[in-house]
Amino acid sequence: MVNREQIYKALEQVMDPEIPVLNVLDLGMITTVEPAADAVLVKMIPTFAACPAVEIIRRNIVTVLEKELHVPVTVEIDRVAHWSSNRMTPEAREKLLNFGIAPPQVHNGEAYSEILLQTPCPHCHSRNTYLRSPFGSTLCRAIHFCKDCGQVFEHFKPLE
Amino acid sequence: MSHAINNLLTAMADDALIQGHRNSEWTGLGPVMEEDIAFSSMAQDKIGHAWALYRILQEDLGGSDPDHFAFLRNEKDYRCCHLAEQPNGEYDFSLLRHFLFDHAEAVRYGRLEQSTFAPLQPLARKLKGEIKYHLLHANAWVSQLCRAGDESYARMQAALNRCFPLALGLFEPQEGEEELMAAGVYPGEKALQAEWLDRIYNILSPAGLNLPGVEAVTPAYGGRRGYHTEYLQPLLDEMGAVFRTDPEAIW
Repeated sequence: MVNREQIYKALEQVMDPEIPVLNVLDLGMITTVEPAADAVLVKMIPTFAACPAVEIIRRNIVTVLEKELHVPVTVEIDRVAHWSSNRMTPEAREKLLNFGIAPPQVHNGEAYSEILLQTPCPHCHSRNTYLRSPFGSTLCRAIHFCKDCGQVFEHFKPLE
Repeated sequence: MSHAINNLLTAMADDALIQGHRNSEWTGLGPVMEEDIAFSSMAQDKIGHAWALYRILQEDLGGSDPDHFAFLRNEKDYRCCHLAEQPNGEYDFSLLRHFLFDHAEAVRYGRLEQSTFAPLQPLARKLKGEIKYHLLHANAWVSQLCRAGDESYARMQAALNRCFPLALGLFEPQEGEEELMAAGVYPGEKALQAEWLDRIYNILSPAGLNLPGVEAVTPAYGGRRGYHTEYLQPLLDEMGAVFRTDPEAIW
């Protein structure tokens, strides 16, 4: 029988199509993993409600897990669990930063307008930055500008 | 009661769908790139929110396939408000509409987090968090453009005067509303409108804009009962044109 460790190991290979350095575990998208005698059930939650990549990710999980584990895999959307950017692992934040995207601040109920001020620049680490737009190239990103290194940078937005 | 919940969710979803479509019409035409991206992102969010609501209608209330429901109904079966139907017009109008619309959604989803209709709770919580970004955008522009000189200020006030009666249509009484209130599904349109008026006043007033009195205007009602403006049918024709070429196609 397949064990949990093997499933998690395989899930590490399923990357986010929009941010290819992060896997589904890094993002905190997996809520349940249930190995059974001859099948595996995985439950996942989307990051943003309208994320267009959800269906692709769901299919990628099935494909990768079936190839690695040789059992039928079912992936369901978890309708009860709530995704928040606080679910992202510390490793994920590190990977994002190295990829050139400012990671989401850990939030605790503050207003977004407060959190988004002085987001550290992923290039030069300066906090002398400002929010240029709360929207960016994907639903999960905002655009900031760094006054010290003079570069525009992207930010994975905190989401409650 | 399922009939009344159906009405409520259809109105909310149709508002999001039609407003989302209007937002998408700024794609490629925004005055600066960031604004083009902002309205395009908000379009994507709204249409995703509509889809999530249509999906609850389908899975929990025996409704039809979300795509079919979104694109193949007759005009009079839509329940959107007149505010969302209006063409984008000038940027001042689009921004003020977005401001009034998104504050209304924020109030609504804030209250629906405690709904006794269980499928709405997790969705309301999720959507509320996302809509906060729409508010951040709307509030920033309303506040800044009201302080950007006489012409800019005058345009914002004129846009508010035009949008306000239309926006009251967001809170048109719903059929079966009392039943939903008694069952704790939601607090009713009147309560939502009062909370919304407080919220928007607290932002518009420091920006120097005069919020017209509710008693002084005629609310644009009718949308919730299927009576629409002349702008909805052409929008529906365009929005569903590709879908109708082959409704069974898999994308």
